[in-house]
Amino acid sequence: MLNLSPQDMQAIWLSAQVATAATLISVPFGFVVAYFLVFVRLPGKALIEGVVNLPLVLPPVVVGYLLLLLFGQSGLMGPVFQSLGIRIIFTLKGAVIASAVVGFPLLVRSIRTGMEDIDERYLQASRTLGARWWDTLLTIILPLSGRAVLAGMTLMFARSLGEFGATIILAGNIPGVTQTIPLAIYEYTNTPGGDRMALSLCLVSIIISFVVLLANESVSRKFRQRATR
Amino acid sequence: MNLNVSVRKKYGEFQLDVAFSLTENRCGIFGPSGSGKSTLMHLLAGLLEPDEGRIELAGDTLFDSARHINVPPEKRRIGVVFQHAHLFPHMNVRRNLLYGWKRTPEVERRIDPEDLARVLQIDHLLERGVNLLSGGERQRVALGRTVLACPRLILMDEPLNGLDEELKFQIIPYLKKVFSEFAVPLLFISHSLHEMRLMAEEVLVFEGGHMQQRLPAEELARRSLVTGSRGYANLLTLSGPRPHGDLWLYRWGGTDLILTESGAAGDNVFELAAKDITLFKRHPEASSARNILPCRVAGIFGAGNRIGVELACGGGHLICQIVPESVRELDIRQGADVIAVIKASAFRRLY
Repeated sequence: MLNLSPQDMQAIWLSAQVATAATLISVPFGFVVAYFLVFVRLPGKALIEGVVNLPLVLPPVVVGYLLLLLFGQSGLMGPVFQSLGIRIIFTLKGAVIASAVVGFPLLVRSIRTGMEDIDERYLQASRTLGARWWDTLLTIILPLSGRAVLAGMTLMFARSLGEFGATIILAGNIPGVTQTIPLAIYEYTNTPGGDRMALSLCLVSIIISFVVLLANESVSRKFRQRATR
Repeated sequence: MNLNVSVRKKYGEFQLDVAFSLTENRCGIFGPSGSGKSTLMHLLAGLLEPDEGRIELAGDTLFDSARHINVPPEKRRIGVVFQHAHLFPHMNVRRNLLYGWKRTPEVERRIDPEDLARVLQIDHLLERGVNLLSGGERQRVALGRTVLACPRLILMDEPLNGLDEELKFQIIPYLKKVFSEFAVPLLFISHSLHEMRLMAEEVLVFEGGHMQQRLPAEELARRSLVTGSRGYANLLTLSGPRPHGDLWLYRWGGTDLILTESGAAGDNVFELAAKDITLFKRHPEASSARNILPCRVAGIFGAGNRIGVELACGGGHLICQIVPESVRELDIRQGADVIAVIKASAFRRLY
């Protein structure tokens, strides 16, 4: 039933690369943004929150187009990257950026919920015991929001595996370069007689997502055990 | 301890406005909930910022609105023991205990963690996760964690509140031992008169965000004889229980008392309500009550229909509550001899 061509294998490998890179790159930023939103009193916090959450409500195609305006050759940042010899559009980097931006709100939301669940008095206790804010961040907030970070990473990874709209605009659909699983499925469904191949890739997609969920569940259980030991 | 406080903090409708200075090493803040006790604790620890005022501890300015000084909590070196311990759930007992100690400069570390763990009797729990501790154990670990940070002052916010009624007072001996052995100044916050009398020498009484009065804990207790709904309770330290038929004989100063309740070897603290003591003019030849003590009246206080009579007995002083009519009939005045009669079951063991 699973009848995969070399091009499919490439798509799977690219998807894994894109989702992993997008997730790992986003985690530190997501953690910092969530920390600021939860623990730091800032003017204009609602605005920051809105900007962070925008990709969640915008159609991914719009996000992709805005990214194209930003990173395209005649875009705002285009010349900067060009002078550095870095090409974003129609490359794997473009696919990673598209996935990272679209998945970022999910990551931040999850981490934020975890941080909001931390009893404020643990933080007060650590401060009165002599810990500075960064010390409290590393020794109390980070371990106590570990599960939420993990859940956010899972969500983001899964979202990145399925990213289509922003990716196809920013990175295109180039087999072996930027063609991830969803893009490959799209191409198969547009090709006469490609349905069977599309189905195979759909199955792969389901299996990967399922494995990610199971892995998340088992690591999360370990966290819980540690917390109630 | 040398603490000078003069702060104002507004919270919606509620306003805290207090000024006091403390020199005693063990002070209490007493008042009903909503009187501003906890707010004051947060202000002192630096967890809340006063609207205006000044806080000075041992000559250091911790907060001064006029000079824009606000020392952050981690630099104040004021320890806090919270109502529900708030041990870090992802650390075992040892890591909880050492959290503050590790963050204390070496020159400031006056207390040896192992000594303290022994005093608190938690040395066998060190590797355990904090969620497997009993309420009393948690509170002892929380106290240890705070003491090990070697603070200049410890604030305790209703530390006995989360504990079972039965076991509540059993932590008091540990508290006393720690505070006397390691000599840390203490500000004890509570709405329980018993706790105040057991832990504090001087008490500040708070109500509605203001300090109403300051007085010794014993004096506060005597006033409650007139004003409190539960009246006055004698707190007696009785030692060395010995079996006496199916009752127990305890030593109280120079006399023996007979009680129904057994206790631990060594000192035990019992509560005896002032209204459970009956006075007789002459020795009643036979009585169902087991304790018949000849006493001399040392003083009379009170008002209205509640009169407190201070009695000097062989073992020490007792307060007995009677009505004015009895005072007249028994001709009770300072220096008069009376007989105090107490039932063996009238004593309740605190710890």
